[in-house]
Amino acid sequence: MRSVLASDIAEKLWSWLRALFALALLALVVKFLATYLPKQQSLTPTVVLGSMKTVGGFVALIAAFVVALEFVLYVILMKLLKWKHALAYMLVAPGMVGIALLFLYPFSYNIAIAFSNRSLERFLPGAYSYGLAFGVENFRSVFTDKILHDTGFWEVFARTWLWTAINVFFHVLGGLGLALLLNRTLPLRGLYRTILVFPWAIPQVIVALALHNEFHYQYGFVNNLLVSFGLPRVQWLSEPVPAFVAATISNIWLGIPFMMVIILGGLQSISHEFYEAAAIDGASGWQQFKSITWPLLQPVLTPATVMGTIWTFNAFNVIYLITVGGPSEKTDILVTALFKAAFEFYRYGQAAAFALVIFVILFAVSATWIQLSGGLKGVTD
Amino acid sequence: MKGLIRWFFFRSRGDSPFKLLLIHLALIMACLIAIYPVARVVSISLRPGDRLLSTDLALIPRDATWSNYTRLLASKDFFLWVWNSLTVTISVSVIGVILAATSAYAFSRWKFPGRAPALVLLLSTQMVPAIMMLIPLYLMFVGITRQFGIPLVGSYLGLIVAQSAVGVPFSIWILKGYYDTIPVDLEEAAKIDGAGPLGAFYRIILPLSTPALAIVFLFNFMASWVDYILPRVILPKPELFTWPLGLQRLQGQFQTEWGMFAAASVLVAIPSMALFLYSSKWLISGLTLGSVKG
Repeated sequence: MRSVLASDIAEKLWSWLRALFALALLALVVKFLATYLPKQQSLTPTVVLGSMKTVGGFVALIAAFVVALEFVLYVILMKLLKWKHALAYMLVAPGMVGIALLFLYPFSYNIAIAFSNRSLERFLPGAYSYGLAFGVENFRSVFTDKILHDTGFWEVFARTWLWTAINVFFHVLGGLGLALLLNRTLPLRGLYRTILVFPWAIPQVIVALALHNEFHYQYGFVNNLLVSFGLPRVQWLSEPVPAFVAATISNIWLGIPFMMVIILGGLQSISHEFYEAAAIDGASGWQQFKSITWPLLQPVLTPATVMGTIWTFNAFNVIYLITVGGPSEKTDILVTALFKAAFEFYRYGQAAAFALVIFVILFAVSATWIQLSGGLKGVTD
Repeated sequence: MKGLIRWFFFRSRGDSPFKLLLIHLALIMACLIAIYPVARVVSISLRPGDRLLSTDLALIPRDATWSNYTRLLASKDFFLWVWNSLTVTISVSVIGVILAATSAYAFSRWKFPGRAPALVLLLSTQMVPAIMMLIPLYLMFVGITRQFGIPLVGSYLGLIVAQSAVGVPFSIWILKGYYDTIPVDLEEAAKIDGAGPLGAFYRIILPLSTPALAIVFLFNFMASWVDYILPRVILPKPELFTWPLGLQRLQGQFQTEWGMFAAASVLVAIPSMALFLYSSKWLISGLTLGSVKG
């Protein structure tokens, strides 16, 4: 009895300590910033006022637009037509107009660009033109020409799937392993859980930028750890395979906590009674896992895996900030290649066609999943 | 000591002590792997300037100093970057919450014509990668900037607009799921007491959905705060850099600025991580919130 109490108190104490620690750290940061705010020259009152003015003016513009829109809708739908759906339309209008302008229109515009010869030399209106022939040429060039400096579509396509498969496999494996370890009454469980979520909690950009330096041949910690274990140094960022491995390790490290948290939630929702019944029948741990845990985890694991697949497929930051797709484009995946095609090679027509190809791939993945998981039945209820 | 050992092993009667020891060892290993790269950044931020490039693996340098922090804050544009980020992030979050709160209410309470396709449209916006939308958005923004003089490229505005476009559909989706769980009876009662449909929304629904509104605000805030790719394309001027761009500039000068990069990372990461860890329970519940009831 006393031990139970002791461990409860310890858990409480730990959560207080954690909060206290976080507050102390935050206070330190605030103190630092407050001390140096008057001493620096970059953030002057002029700058602050300037940005307030820009944003304020813009918000006023949007507000005016919304008011005008609502007024028109009010007069037409409510006063003239006296339609019963008038209020619903008035509520939905600002958001949906925004989505139409910033999603539907750009999406259609992207299709139009794919059927044009727009590029850096033909950038301004009048310099480029639209035509079916340009579209055919753009799509052909995506598949048969180089999409980067000297890399073709299929190489990047294959690498993207290799990248996605390896990452998602290790995310699920690592997440499942840690979740199974944590899914019991365990002293210090809260502490472990908090620390294990760190890679997810820290902004990804910071991790990616820091790891780029940490894969440095001479001074990065990865090579120095290898040396301290008596292993040779590796040219992480200047050889294709090590660069791919470096990016993959980084992304696995980043992605495990999400899977762990999601799977842990799933594990905790499985009733104890199943395990008790199985134990009475004499089922071993592995048998319990195989016929209780794994099947009952599927409703959580499947959507998490699909989400993980799409995120990994789109993992721009990790690749672009750690290896920059290099050396010599050997670690580029589809999204980084697309970014380079558009914003480094300025081949807008080809890039727009390329974007549509990637969209179709992702759409196929999502649609397959939606089909498998029972369709869009619940969506429009 | 004996008591401590007993406590350590007490609560898991199902597992043998040996197994428990292995579990703890495995978890400690995993924690070390999870925390080491983070600790390294802290460690480098405390190194004195002449020892930045070193093969040392010790986590607390023998001659730890704050000099990287003081140099960063006094000589670099760190404050400006954070201010730029905050300006954009708060604008995006506020716009997202306001637009989503009203739209989601209509989606939840009225079966108006066009509702079903609109909901499918909201969902399909989430399937399009940001980089794909970036090409037409960028070209659109360049066109608008040239033609109408509204500086969507090279000012915060384009970034606010683009990030809202990503955030609003998702926010509507989550809020609709939450509104669906609030019984309609409550509004009926308010209407009997003389409230109009908007009065019922304002007095009953909005106060009841404060947690969901907070989740939506947090989601938009986090997504915008850590975004790299949109600012990278839309904000080319150094004086408009958000913190990810600023950090990248520091990191790019590997030889000279690594310590300052690490210091800036720590200063940004502490509030970000505190916010994330504090709100992660809600953020994760928010991921499933909208899916519970379609």
